[in-house]
Amino acid sequence: MSLWEYANPVKFIRLADRMLPPVAVLALLCLVVGLVWGFFFTPDDYRQGSTVKIIYLHVPSALMAINAWLMMLVASLIWIIRRHHVSALAARAAAPVGATMTVIALATGAIWGQPMWGTWWAWDPRLTSFLILFLFYLGYMALWEAIESDDTAADLTAILCLVGSVFAILSRYAVNFWNQGLHQGASLSMDAEENVADVFWLPLLVCMAGFVLLFLALVLLRTQTEIRARRTRALIARERAA
Amino acid sequence: MRALLLRDLALAVRAGGGFGLGLSFFLIVTVLVPFAVGPDTGTLAPIAPGVLWIGALLACLLSLDRILALDWEDGSLDLLATAPLPLEGIVTVKALAHWITTGLPLVAAAPALGVLLSLPGPGYLWLFVSLLLGTPALSVIGTFGAALVVGLKRGGLLMSLLVLPLYVPTLIFGAEVARRGAEGLDVQTPLLMLAGISTGSLALLPFAAAAVLRVNLR
Repeated sequence: MSLWEYANPVKFIRLADRMLPPVAVLALLCLVVGLVWGFFFTPDDYRQGSTVKIIYLHVPSALMAINAWLMMLVASLIWIIRRHHVSALAARAAAPVGATMTVIALATGAIWGQPMWGTWWAWDPRLTSFLILFLFYLGYMALWEAIESDDTAADLTAILCLVGSVFAILSRYAVNFWNQGLHQGASLSMDAEENVADVFWLPLLVCMAGFVLLFLALVLLRTQTEIRARRTRALIARERAA
Repeated sequence: MRALLLRDLALAVRAGGGFGLGLSFFLIVTVLVPFAVGPDTGTLAPIAPGVLWIGALLACLLSLDRILALDWEDGSLDLLATAPLPLEGIVTVKALAHWITTGLPLVAAAPALGVLLSLPGPGYLWLFVSLLLGTPALSVIGTFGAALVVGLKRGGLLMSLLVLPLYVPTLIFGAEVARRGAEGLDVQTPLLMLAGISTGSLALLPFAAAAVLRVNLR
Protein backbone atom coordinates (compact mmCIF):
# COMPACT_ATOMS: atom_id res chain seq x y z
CA MET A 1 0.00 0.00 0.00
CA SER A 2 1.71 3.14 -1.10
CA LEU A 3 0.79 6.59 -2.22
CA TRP A 4 1.68 5.74 -5.81
CA GLU A 5 -1.28 3.41 -6.04
CA TYR A 6 -3.44 6.46 -6.55
CA ALA A 7 -1.53 7.25 -9.71
CA ASN A 8 -3.94 4.75 -11.20
CA PRO A 9 -6.85 6.91 -12.43
CA VAL A 10 -9.49 4.35 -11.45
CA LYS A 11 -8.17 4.10 -7.92
CA PHE A 12 -7.83 7.85 -7.75
CA ILE A 13 -11.43 8.37 -8.80
CA ARG A 14 -12.58 5.83 -6.25
CA LEU A 15 -10.55 7.57 -3.55
CA ALA A 16 -11.83 10.98 -4.61
CA ASP A 17 -15.40 9.70 -4.55
CA ARG A 18 -14.94 8.49 -1.02
CA MET A 19 -13.08 11.57 0.19
CA LEU A 20 -15.06 14.29 -1.50
CA PRO A 21 -18.23 14.33 0.65
CA PRO A 22 -16.49 14.41 4.05
CA VAL A 23 -13.89 16.95 2.90
CA ALA A 24 -16.52 19.20 1.35
CA VAL A 25 -18.77 19.02 4.41
CA LEU A 26 -15.85 19.68 6.71
CA ALA A 27 -14.76 22.65 4.59
CA LEU A 28 -18.24 24.10 4.66
CA LEU A 29 -18.48 23.55 8.41
CA CYS A 30 -15.11 25.20 9.07
CA LEU A 31 -15.90 28.15 6.83
CA VAL A 32 -19.34 28.74 8.35
CA VAL A 33 -18.08 28.41 11.91
CA GLY A 34 -14.93 30.44 11.28
CA LEU A 35 -16.61 33.24 9.35
CA VAL A 36 -19.65 33.54 11.65
CA TRP A 37 -17.38 33.44 14.68
CA GLY A 38 -15.03 35.95 13.12
CA PHE A 39 -17.68 38.32 11.81
CA PHE A 40 -20.12 38.36 14.73
CA PHE A 41 -18.43 37.12 17.86
CA THR A 42 -15.11 38.93 17.92
CA PRO A 43 -14.67 42.47 19.18
CA ASP A 44 -13.86 45.31 16.78
CA ASP A 45 -10.25 46.36 16.73
CA TYR A 46 -9.80 49.59 18.64
CA ARG A 47 -8.04 51.33 15.78
CA GLN A 48 -9.33 49.58 12.68
CA GLY A 49 -12.94 49.13 13.76
CA SER A 50 -14.89 46.40 12.02
CA THR A 51 -12.73 46.49 8.87
CA VAL A 52 -10.30 44.18 10.62
CA LYS A 53 -12.72 41.33 10.01
CA ILE A 54 -11.80 41.05 6.37
CA ILE A 55 -8.73 39.26 7.68
CA TYR A 56 -10.86 36.09 7.84
CA LEU A 57 -11.05 36.04 4.05
CA HIS A 58 -7.83 37.81 3.17
CA VAL A 59 -5.26 35.77 5.06
CA PRO A 60 -6.60 32.27 4.25
CA SER A 61 -7.00 33.07 0.54
CA ALA A 62 -3.49 34.52 0.38
CA LEU A 63 -2.21 31.39 2.12
CA MET A 64 -3.90 29.14 -0.41
CA ALA A 65 -2.82 31.30 -3.36
CA ILE A 66 0.80 30.54 -2.58
CA ASN A 67 0.29 26.94 -1.51
CA ALA A 68 -1.72 26.15 -4.63
CA TRP A 69 1.32 27.09 -6.70
CA LEU A 70 3.47 24.97 -4.40
CA MET A 71 1.12 22.04 -4.94
CA MET A 72 1.30 22.56 -8.70
CA LEU A 73 5.09 22.60 -8.45
CA VAL A 74 5.13 19.27 -6.60
CA ALA A 75 2.60 17.74 -8.98
CA SER A 76 4.63 18.97 -11.97
CA LEU A 77 7.77 17.43 -10.53
CA ILE A 78 5.96 14.12 -10.04
CA TRP A 79 4.75 14.28 -13.64
CA ILE A 80 8.22 14.99 -14.98
CA ILE A 81 9.90 12.32 -12.90
CA ARG A 82 7.35 9.50 -12.70
CA ARG A 83 4.95 10.45 -15.49
CA HIS A 84 1.70 9.79 -13.66
CA HIS A 85 -1.10 11.38 -15.63
CA VAL A 86 -3.21 11.99 -12.54
CA SER A 87 -0.47 14.22 -11.21
CA ALA A 88 -0.37 16.38 -14.34
CA LEU A 89 -4.15 16.67 -14.30
CA ALA A 90 -4.11 17.61 -10.63
CA ALA A 91 -1.69 20.45 -11.40
CA ARG A 92 -3.97 21.59 -14.19
CA ALA A 93 -6.98 21.38 -11.89
CA ALA A 94 -5.32 23.40 -9.16
CA ALA A 95 -4.34 26.37 -11.34
CA PRO A 96 -7.74 28.10 -11.70
CA VAL A 97 -8.44 27.55 -8.00
CA GLY A 98 -5.13 29.14 -7.11
CA ALA A 99 -5.73 32.02 -9.49
CA THR A 100 -9.15 32.63 -7.91
CA MET A 101 -7.58 32.62 -4.45
CA THR A 102 -5.05 35.21 -5.65
CA VAL A 103 -7.86 37.42 -6.94
CA ILE A 104 -9.76 37.05 -3.65
CA ALA A 105 -6.66 38.01 -1.69
CA LEU A 106 -6.01 41.03 -3.92
CA ALA A 107 -9.65 42.16 -3.90
CA THR A 108 -10.16 41.83 -0.16
CA GLY A 109 -6.85 43.56 0.38
CA ALA A 110 -7.97 46.46 -1.81
CA ILE A 111 -11.32 46.70 -0.01
CA TRP A 112 -9.52 46.78 3.32
CA GLY A 113 -6.84 49.13 2.07
CA GLN A 114 -9.26 51.78 0.87
CA PRO A 115 -10.45 52.90 4.35
CA MET A 116 -7.23 51.95 6.16
CA TRP A 117 -4.41 53.09 3.88
CA GLY A 118 -6.60 55.53 2.00
CA THR A 119 -5.88 53.81 -1.29
CA TRP A 120 -7.16 50.81 -3.22
CA TRP A 121 -3.76 49.92 -4.49
CA ALA A 122 -0.19 50.68 -3.53
CA TRP A 123 2.96 49.36 -5.20
CA ASP A 124 3.87 47.54 -2.08
CA PRO A 125 6.16 44.48 -2.39
CA ARG A 126 3.58 42.01 -1.13
CA LEU A 127 0.82 43.40 -3.30
CA THR A 128 3.07 43.54 -6.32
CA SER A 129 4.37 40.02 -5.91
CA PHE A 130 0.81 38.75 -5.64
CA LEU A 131 -0.06 40.51 -8.85
CA ILE A 132 2.95 38.88 -10.51
CA LEU A 133 1.89 35.50 -9.10
CA PHE A 134 -1.51 36.08 -10.71
CA LEU A 135 0.19 36.74 -14.06
CA PHE A 136 2.08 33.47 -13.67
CA TYR A 137 -1.21 31.65 -13.08
CA LEU A 138 -2.68 33.27 -16.19
CA GLY A 139 0.29 32.24 -18.34
CA TYR A 140 0.20 28.70 -16.98
CA MET A 141 -3.50 28.28 -17.68
CA ALA A 142 -3.21 29.87 -21.11
CA LEU A 143 -0.46 27.44 -22.08
CA TRP A 144 -2.59 24.47 -21.00
CA GLU A 145 -5.44 25.75 -23.12
CA ALA A 146 -3.32 26.54 -26.16
CA ILE A 147 -1.79 23.11 -26.78
CA GLU A 148 -3.87 20.35 -28.26
CA SER A 149 -1.83 17.26 -27.47
CA ASP A 150 -2.38 16.32 -23.81
CA ASP A 151 1.07 14.95 -23.10
CA THR A 152 2.87 17.82 -24.78
CA ALA A 153 0.78 20.30 -22.82
CA ALA A 154 1.52 18.49 -19.57
CA ASP A 155 5.27 18.48 -20.28
CA LEU A 156 5.47 22.10 -21.32
CA THR A 157 3.35 23.42 -18.46
CA ALA A 158 5.32 21.35 -15.98
CA ILE A 159 8.58 22.91 -17.13
CA LEU A 160 6.97 26.34 -17.17
CA CYS A 161 5.84 25.75 -13.59
CA LEU A 162 9.40 24.89 -12.52
CA VAL A 163 10.98 27.86 -14.26
CA GLY A 164 8.12 30.11 -13.15
CA SER A 165 8.63 29.12 -9.52
CA VAL A 166 12.24 30.24 -9.61
CA PHE A 167 11.32 33.54 -11.22
CA ALA A 168 8.34 34.07 -8.90
CA ILE A 169 10.64 33.75 -5.89
CA LEU A 170 13.18 36.01 -7.58
CA SER A 171 10.46 38.59 -8.25
CA ARG A 172 9.37 38.40 -4.63
CA TYR A 173 12.82 39.49 -3.49
CA ALA A 174 13.26 41.92 -6.35
CA VAL A 175 10.11 43.88 -5.49
CA ASN A 176 11.15 43.84 -1.85
CA PHE A 177 14.29 45.61 -2.90
CA TRP A 178 12.49 47.89 -5.30
CA ASN A 179 9.99 49.54 -2.99
CA GLN A 180 9.37 49.84 0.70
CA GLY A 181 6.22 48.25 1.98
CA LEU A 182 2.96 49.51 3.37
CA HIS A 183 1.78 46.01 4.21
CA GLN A 184 2.20 44.83 7.79
CA GLY A 185 4.52 41.97 8.64
CA ALA A 186 3.54 38.42 9.49
CA SER A 187 0.58 38.13 11.81
CA LEU A 188 0.77 34.36 12.21
CA SER A 189 4.43 33.52 12.62
CA MET A 190 5.61 30.92 15.10
CA ASP A 191 6.99 33.78 17.13
CA ALA A 192 3.96 34.60 19.25
CA GLU A 193 5.20 38.11 20.05
CA GLU A 194 4.07 39.69 16.81
CA ASN A 195 0.90 37.66 16.34
CA VAL A 196 -2.59 39.06 16.37
CA ALA A 197 -4.41 38.68 19.67
CA ASP A 198 -5.94 35.32 20.53
CA VAL A 199 -9.55 36.45 20.10
CA PHE A 200 -8.84 37.05 16.40
CA TRP A 201 -6.41 34.20 16.06
CA LEU A 202 -8.64 31.22 16.85
CA PRO A 203 -11.43 31.98 14.34
CA LEU A 204 -8.73 32.83 11.79
CA LEU A 205 -7.22 29.40 12.31
CA VAL A 206 -10.62 27.81 11.72
CA CYS A 207 -11.04 29.87 8.55
CA MET A 208 -7.62 28.82 7.31
CA ALA A 209 -8.47 25.18 7.90
CA GLY A 210 -11.70 25.81 6.00
CA PHE A 211 -9.84 27.29 3.03
CA VAL A 212 -7.35 24.41 2.97
CA LEU A 213 -10.19 21.89 2.97
CA LEU A 214 -12.08 23.88 0.35
CA PHE A 215 -9.01 23.89 -1.87
CA LEU A 216 -8.58 20.16 -1.37
CA ALA A 217 -12.22 19.49 -2.22
CA LEU A 218 -12.11 21.66 -5.34
CA VAL A 219 -8.89 20.10 -6.59
CA LEU A 220 -10.20 16.58 -6.00
CA LEU A 221 -13.40 17.43 -7.83
CA ARG A 222 -11.66 19.13 -10.72
CA THR A 223 -9.05 16.38 -11.10
CA GLN A 224 -11.83 13.84 -11.19
CA THR A 225 -13.59 15.87 -13.85
CA GLU A 226 -10.40 16.15 -15.90
CA ILE A 227 -9.85 12.39 -15.75
CA ARG A 228 -13.42 11.72 -16.79
CA ALA A 229 -13.26 14.30 -19.57
CA ARG A 230 -10.11 12.71 -20.93
CA ARG A 231 -11.70 9.26 -20.73
CA THR A 232 -14.77 10.54 -22.59
CA ARG A 233 -12.57 11.95 -25.32
CA ALA A 234 -10.77 8.63 -25.63
CA LEU A 235 -14.09 6.77 -25.88
CA ILE A 236 -15.38 9.14 -28.53
CA ALA A 237 -12.18 8.72 -30.51
CA ARG A 238 -12.52 4.94 -30.27
CA GLU A 239 -16.15 5.09 -31.42
CA ARG A 240 -15.13 7.11 -34.45
CA ALA A 241 -12.34 4.74 -35.30
CA ALA A 242 -14.56 1.69 -35.02
CA MET B 1 28.58 25.87 -33.08
CA ARG B 2 30.35 28.64 -34.87
CA ALA B 3 28.85 27.60 -38.18
CA LEU B 4 25.38 27.74 -36.67
CA LEU B 5 26.06 31.14 -35.16
CA LEU B 6 27.33 32.52 -38.46
CA ARG B 7 24.35 31.04 -40.28
CA ASP B 8 21.90 32.65 -37.83
CA LEU B 9 23.66 35.99 -38.04
CA ALA B 10 23.70 35.88 -41.82
CA LEU B 11 20.02 35.02 -41.94
CA ALA B 12 19.24 37.87 -39.60
CA VAL B 13 21.12 40.62 -41.42
CA ARG B 14 20.09 39.67 -44.95
CA ALA B 15 16.86 40.78 -46.55
CA GLY B 16 13.74 39.68 -44.70
CA GLY B 17 15.70 38.88 -41.58
CA GLY B 18 14.28 41.80 -39.69
CA PHE B 19 17.62 42.90 -38.34
CA GLY B 20 16.81 46.58 -37.88
CA LEU B 21 13.21 46.08 -36.80
CA GLY B 22 13.90 45.84 -33.09
CA LEU B 23 16.08 48.89 -33.23
CA SER B 24 13.49 50.91 -35.14
CA PHE B 25 10.84 49.84 -32.67
CA PHE B 26 13.01 51.00 -29.80
CA LEU B 27 13.47 54.34 -31.54
CA ILE B 28 9.78 54.85 -32.16
CA VAL B 29 8.77 53.98 -28.60
CA THR B 30 11.29 56.50 -27.32
CA VAL B 31 9.99 59.13 -29.69
CA LEU B 32 6.39 58.49 -28.73
CA VAL B 33 6.94 58.92 -25.00
CA PRO B 34 7.45 62.72 -25.04
CA PHE B 35 4.27 63.05 -27.12
CA ALA B 36 2.39 61.29 -24.35
CA VAL B 37 3.90 62.86 -21.24
CA GLY B 38 4.98 66.26 -22.58
CA PRO B 39 8.33 67.62 -23.76
CA ASP B 40 9.27 69.15 -20.41
CA THR B 41 12.80 68.22 -19.27
CA GLY B 42 11.67 68.05 -15.67
CA THR B 43 9.10 65.40 -16.56
CA LEU B 44 11.26 63.42 -18.95
CA ALA B 45 14.52 63.21 -17.05
CA PRO B 46 13.27 61.18 -14.04
CA ILE B 47 11.45 58.62 -16.18
CA ALA B 48 14.10 58.35 -18.91
CA PRO B 49 15.95 55.28 -17.50
CA GLY B 50 12.71 53.38 -16.98
CA VAL B 51 11.31 54.27 -20.39
CA LEU B 52 14.50 53.21 -22.12
CA TRP B 53 14.48 49.91 -20.25
CA ILE B 54 10.84 49.26 -21.14
CA GLY B 55 11.56 50.14 -24.76
CA ALA B 56 14.53 47.78 -24.93
CA LEU B 57 12.54 45.03 -23.25
CA LEU B 58 9.62 45.34 -25.66
CA ALA B 59 11.93 45.50 -28.67
CA CYS B 60 13.51 42.28 -27.41
CA LEU B 61 10.12 40.67 -26.90
CA LEU B 62 8.87 41.50 -30.37
CA SER B 63 11.85 39.88 -32.06
CA LEU B 64 11.67 36.66 -30.04
CA ASP B 65 9.49 34.65 -32.39
CA ARG B 66 12.19 34.96 -35.05
CA ILE B 67 14.58 32.92 -32.94
CA LEU B 68 12.95 29.57 -33.57
CA ALA B 69 9.74 29.99 -35.55
CA LEU B 70 11.36 30.30 -38.99
CA ASP B 71 13.59 27.29 -38.42
CA TRP B 72 10.55 25.38 -37.19
CA GLU B 73 8.55 26.22 -40.29
CA ASP B 74 11.11 25.16 -42.88
CA GLY B 75 12.11 22.08 -40.90
CA SER B 76 15.72 23.02 -40.26
CA LEU B 77 15.07 22.79 -36.53
CA ASP B 78 14.48 19.05 -36.93
CA LEU B 79 17.78 18.74 -38.76
CA LEU B 80 19.55 20.72 -36.08
CA ALA B 81 18.06 18.49 -33.40
CA THR B 82 19.53 15.42 -35.08
CA ALA B 83 22.93 17.09 -35.46
CA PRO B 84 25.78 15.95 -33.20
CA LEU B 85 25.62 19.26 -31.34
CA PRO B 86 23.49 18.86 -28.18
CA LEU B 87 20.20 20.74 -28.21
CA GLU B 88 21.33 22.78 -25.21
CA GLY B 89 24.21 24.11 -27.31
CA ILE B 90 21.92 24.92 -30.21
CA VAL B 91 19.58 26.84 -27.94
CA THR B 92 22.48 28.77 -26.44
CA VAL B 93 23.80 29.68 -29.87
CA LYS B 94 20.32 30.78 -30.94
CA ALA B 95 20.05 33.00 -27.88
CA LEU B 96 23.51 34.39 -28.55
CA ALA B 97 22.62 35.17 -32.15
CA HIS B 98 19.44 36.90 -30.96
CA TRP B 99 21.45 38.92 -28.49
CA ILE B 100 24.01 39.98 -31.10
CA THR B 101 21.37 40.99 -33.63
CA THR B 102 18.88 42.57 -31.22
CA GLY B 103 20.35 43.11 -27.77
CA LEU B 104 23.68 44.58 -28.75
CA PRO B 105 22.28 47.22 -31.15
CA LEU B 106 19.79 48.22 -28.46
CA VAL B 107 22.59 48.63 -25.95
CA ALA B 108 24.55 50.74 -28.41
CA ALA B 109 21.55 52.88 -29.34
CA ALA B 110 20.27 53.45 -25.81
CA PRO B 111 22.65 56.31 -24.85
CA ALA B 112 21.79 58.14 -28.09
CA LEU B 113 18.10 57.78 -27.32
CA GLY B 114 18.84 58.93 -23.79
CA VAL B 115 19.65 62.34 -25.28
CA LEU B 116 16.14 62.52 -26.70
CA LEU B 117 14.70 61.93 -23.25
CA SER B 118 17.17 64.35 -21.58
CA LEU B 119 18.72 61.65 -19.43
CA PRO B 120 20.90 63.25 -16.72
CA GLY B 121 24.67 63.21 -17.33
CA PRO B 122 25.92 60.39 -15.07
CA GLY B 123 23.07 58.15 -16.25
CA TYR B 124 24.56 57.33 -19.66
CA LEU B 125 27.31 55.10 -18.41
CA TRP B 126 25.05 53.15 -16.05
CA LEU B 127 22.25 52.86 -18.57
CA PHE B 128 24.77 51.39 -20.98
CA VAL B 129 26.21 49.03 -18.37
CA SER B 130 22.83 47.88 -17.08
CA LEU B 131 21.54 47.14 -20.58
CA LEU B 132 24.77 45.39 -21.48
CA LEU B 133 24.39 43.15 -18.44
CA GLY B 134 20.64 42.74 -18.65
CA THR B 135 19.92 42.10 -22.33
CA PRO B 136 21.63 38.67 -22.37
CA ALA B 137 19.16 37.57 -19.68
CA LEU B 138 16.30 38.94 -21.80
CA SER B 139 17.54 36.94 -24.80
CA VAL B 140 17.95 33.69 -22.89
CA ILE B 141 14.61 33.95 -21.08
CA GLY B 142 13.03 34.86 -24.39
CA THR B 143 14.53 31.82 -26.10
CA PHE B 144 12.93 29.67 -23.44
CA GLY B 145 9.58 31.37 -24.11
CA ALA B 146 10.01 30.98 -27.87
CA ALA B 147 10.78 27.29 -27.39
CA LEU B 148 7.59 26.88 -25.34
CA VAL B 149 5.27 28.18 -28.04
CA VAL B 150 7.21 27.15 -31.14
CA GLY B 151 4.69 24.54 -32.24
CA LEU B 152 1.67 26.79 -31.92
CA LYS B 153 -0.08 28.56 -34.77
CA ARG B 154 -0.56 31.92 -33.12
CA GLY B 155 1.95 31.78 -30.33
CA GLY B 156 2.98 35.45 -30.32
CA LEU B 157 0.46 36.80 -27.85
CA LEU B 158 0.72 33.74 -25.63
CA MET B 159 4.48 34.10 -25.62
CA SER B 160 4.20 37.67 -24.35
CA LEU B 161 1.98 36.46 -21.53
CA LEU B 162 4.50 33.77 -20.63
CA VAL B 163 7.69 35.75 -21.05
CA LEU B 164 6.80 39.12 -19.54
CA PRO B 165 6.34 37.87 -15.95
CA LEU B 166 9.72 36.17 -16.27
CA TYR B 167 11.22 39.52 -17.28
CA VAL B 168 10.12 41.20 -14.05
CA PRO B 169 13.25 40.67 -11.91
CA THR B 170 15.60 41.65 -14.75
CA LEU B 171 13.60 44.78 -15.43
CA ILE B 172 13.45 45.79 -11.77
CA PHE B 173 17.16 45.50 -11.18
CA GLY B 174 18.17 46.83 -14.58
CA ALA B 175 15.99 49.92 -14.36
CA GLU B 176 17.11 50.39 -10.76
CA VAL B 177 20.77 50.46 -11.81
CA ALA B 178 19.99 53.02 -14.53
CA ARG B 179 17.84 55.14 -12.21
CA ARG B 180 20.36 55.16 -9.39
CA GLY B 181 23.12 55.90 -11.84
CA ALA B 182 21.17 58.83 -13.25
CA GLU B 183 20.62 60.21 -9.76
CA GLY B 184 24.25 59.69 -8.84
CA LEU B 185 23.55 57.09 -6.13
CA ASP B 186 25.44 53.90 -5.33
CA VAL B 187 24.62 51.20 -7.89
CA GLN B 188 26.53 48.23 -6.56
CA THR B 189 23.72 46.13 -5.06
CA PRO B 190 21.28 46.16 -8.01
CA LEU B 191 24.21 45.82 -10.40
CA LEU B 192 25.36 42.64 -8.69
CA MET B 193 21.82 41.29 -8.61
CA LEU B 194 21.40 42.05 -12.30
CA ALA B 195 24.67 40.30 -13.12
CA GLY B 196 23.55 37.38 -10.97
CA ILE B 197 20.25 37.05 -12.82
CA SER B 198 22.00 37.21 -16.17
CA THR B 199 24.64 34.63 -15.39
CA GLY B 200 22.15 32.42 -13.57
CA SER B 201 19.66 32.32 -16.41
CA LEU B 202 22.51 31.94 -18.90
CA ALA B 203 23.68 28.87 -17.03
CA LEU B 204 20.34 27.19 -16.32
CA LEU B 205 17.70 28.25 -18.83
CA PRO B 206 19.29 26.63 -21.93
CA PHE B 207 18.61 23.28 -20.27
CA ALA B 208 14.96 24.17 -19.70
CA ALA B 209 14.66 25.53 -23.23
CA ALA B 210 16.25 22.40 -24.70
CA ALA B 211 13.94 20.17 -22.66
CA VAL B 212 10.94 22.13 -23.92
CA LEU B 213 12.19 21.96 -27.49
CA ARG B 214 12.60 18.19 -27.23
CA VAL B 215 8.98 17.91 -26.17
CA ASN B 216 7.88 20.11 -29.03
CA LEU B 217 9.91 18.21 -31.61
CA ARG B 218 8.60 14.85 -30.43
